[in-house]
Amino acid sequence: MTEIQHSAVLLLSEQFGFDASAWSRNRDNVRVRVDSERVFEVLKCLKTLGGFDMLVDITGVDELEYPNATDRFRVVYCLLNTSTGERLIVLTYVNDPQPTLPSAYPLWKGADWMEREVFDMFGITFTGHPDLRRILMPEEFTEYPLRKDYPLRGRGERHNFPVITRAES
Amino acid sequence: MPFEVSDLSADVDAAAGEYADKEYLWTLNFGPQHPATHTTLRLILTLDGEKVVKAVPDIGYLHSGFEKLAEDLDYNQYVTIVDRMNYLSPLANEIAWHHAVEKLLGIEITPRCKYVRTIIAELMRLHDHLLNTGTSALDLGAFTAFLYFFQQRELIYDISECASGQRFHSSYTRVGGVLFDVTNEWVEKVRSFCRGFRAVHTEVDGLLTRNRIFIDRTKGVGVLSKEDAINFSCTGPVARASGVVRDLRKDEPYLAYPDLDFKVICTTGGDCYARYLVRMHEMLESIKLIEQAVENIPSGPINVDPEGKAVLPNKSNVYQSIEGLIHHFEVIMPNRGFATPTESIYAATESPNGELGFYITADSSSKPYRARCRPPSYIHFAVFPHIIPGHMLSDVVAVLGSLNIIAAELDR
Amino acid sequence: MAVGLPENVFMTTVNAAASWCRKNSLWPMPFATACCGIELMATASSRYDLARFGAEVMRFSPRQCDLMIVAGRVVMKMMPVLQRIWLQMPEPKWCISMGACACSGGVFDTYAVVQGVDRFIPVDMYVPGCPPRPEQLIQAIMDLQNKIQQTGTLNGTEFDTRTQPTGPQPFDREEMWRIEDAALQSKVGGFGV
Repeated sequence: MTEIQHSAVLLLSEQFGFDASAWSRNRDNVRVRVDSERVFEVLKCLKTLGGFDMLVDITGVDELEYPNATDRFRVVYCLLNTSTGERLIVLTYVNDPQPTLPSAYPLWKGADWMEREVFDMFGITFTGHPDLRRILMPEEFTEYPLRKDYPLRGRGERHNFPVITRAES
Repeated sequence: MPFEVSDLSADVDAAAGEYADKEYLWTLNFGPQHPATHTTLRLILTLDGEKVVKAVPDIGYLHSGFEKLAEDLDYNQYVTIVDRMNYLSPLANEIAWHHAVEKLLGIEITPRCKYVRTIIAELMRLHDHLLNTGTSALDLGAFTAFLYFFQQRELIYDISECASGQRFHSSYTRVGGVLFDVTNEWVEKVRSFCRGFRAVHTEVDGLLTRNRIFIDRTKGVGVLSKEDAINFSCTGPVARASGVVRDLRKDEPYLAYPDLDFKVICTTGGDCYARYLVRMHEMLESIKLIEQAVENIPSGPINVDPEGKAVLPNKSNVYQSIEGLIHHFEVIMPNRGFATPTESIYAATESPNGELGFYITADSSSKPYRARCRPPSYIHFAVFPHIIPGHMLSDVVAVLGSLNIIAAELDR
Repeated sequence: MAVGLPENVFMTTVNAAASWCRKNSLWPMPFATACCGIELMATASSRYDLARFGAEVMRFSPRQCDLMIVAGRVVMKMMPVLQRIWLQMPEPKWCISMGACACSGGVFDTYAVVQGVDRFIPVDMYVPGCPPRPEQLIQAIMDLQNKIQQTGTLNGTEFDTRTQPTGPQPFDREEMWRIEDAALQSKVGGFGV
């Protein structure tokens, strides 16, 4: 594996002792894998010392059917340094039951709705989030639709309404 | 578990708990079916007289499971779905999607395709900004600008119809190329559109930019500072109006942008008027880009070499030779197609609304394992409850219009 | 039968006259949720100009409208809203389901999208297409005008069977008297005092 040229490589190895095994790259995406317990410290370090001042995206992947997967959920933080234009992707993994991560809201306010969406779609809770409610699905909904064990066409929720006929109105 | 209209009183109680000692506050339900939202979103506003004290957005009224659907369709089929994501600029989404897919597969598209896609991307930027500027003026009482700009949109519809056969959701791009090569008629249409556009732009500019009422309604309204814009992950015109000098066309050049001459439009005002100005000037830059690109379209094939098993073969080949037909089936049939790596990638383009990125996880089958879209509207709307308190009720409409919230992209 | 009529006089039935008035003054309520909403805008604006068919008065309040155009997909969270708005519209009323998503769910066969609004509210006219061209929508409105012409009655007897309350509640005379009494007692004036 070729040496990864990235400003965060040195920073994270100094601060947390990350070695080359934590890093990977695919074309121009540089990725670092972090334990779920340390993700908040790493993000904080990247923001304050590494200059990654924008959180571009938070998303999740349910790895239930993914080849050679060892953990259930992957959570992806895409970071961007707006002054140098450098990007970094932080990966972390959480597992059933009760997948939980610390919220990144204290660092970036933009994390607010992104984390709510991950919670809504995957059921991953973020501790320390100010207002963790469902955002896209109705409050009464009980499932997490983007999990792989939830069928594409749902379980009949979409047709659970009273019918109004012409005779009535 | 029948669904009800979610109980407004619960939200009202929550708001009242916070402001229990302030009985003079009242609550207004704004949406989900409201003319000024243009789309379907709901706001629960706590008002002190006419002044907004607090706004709680309630979205998801158009959540249709785009990302779940991606896991059921292959890389070419899903283009029909991304079309319907930001319906003000459908082709920009296609370009973003296939940009990400091509990056995942390591396909370098042909120079001709790069130029054609660049022209289309810029036409879509005009498409979006025309409607957005028109409707945000319409909400503030200026109807004429809307009609003038919609006429220009119709011309762009014609161009897109000429290229693909569909005027709205063209589904024009494919992995490694586009559906059909462009014709001389298309080039002529683009040229004549460019010739006529500046006059209309000047006219609307004269109607709005120095219009006293328009300035009073937008200047100093919905101010977003540079620090907040970065902290809230804003991109595109919203961030550029706040002084964040960032444009993926310059910072991470893709398509034919490195060859072309254009400026990144920025201001430092951060209010609705600044966002309006950024959009108006970006339109002129887009026209400049289109004029340069359309005169310099390289000759050569538009699709990458079909031997790479990534793009569909030419239709005449399919209908007239057995090799072509076999090739077509090899690409189309389930579990054949092209090979994908077991990898993930994040790739973004500068859509009219901001950074439109796709995070694709592939599992070596013909369908994406997961395709996450980073929707700029969703991220910009998260800013709304933070910038609206302290404004008047009528400013809600101005701020909503200038943030350019598209419900289908907001909820996906 | 030889009846001599003077010029500029023609005979018709009262029902036909009422229907003719109704069909040429449709007030659409654009229930525009998604992409079709933009085509609905295009239909109403410069090039296609819906005003030629007397249906350009878009009103966003259901109380004022008699034609609901459901443009775009309707999802689980939106369906109760759609039903509530439909019940609020006064009779006589019609519904156009515009676009493949509203007619049948279209390409969105997913957990959240209702597979056709006609499962839950009555629909008079279906417009296929994703999204339909403005010409198609205009054709649908013209076809609906034909339907109104052929089926309408002056007194709306075809609506007698409707059981769900529609439109505004009837005027409450007792409430009015109470207001007048209160006004008289407080000597601040009232209705007709």
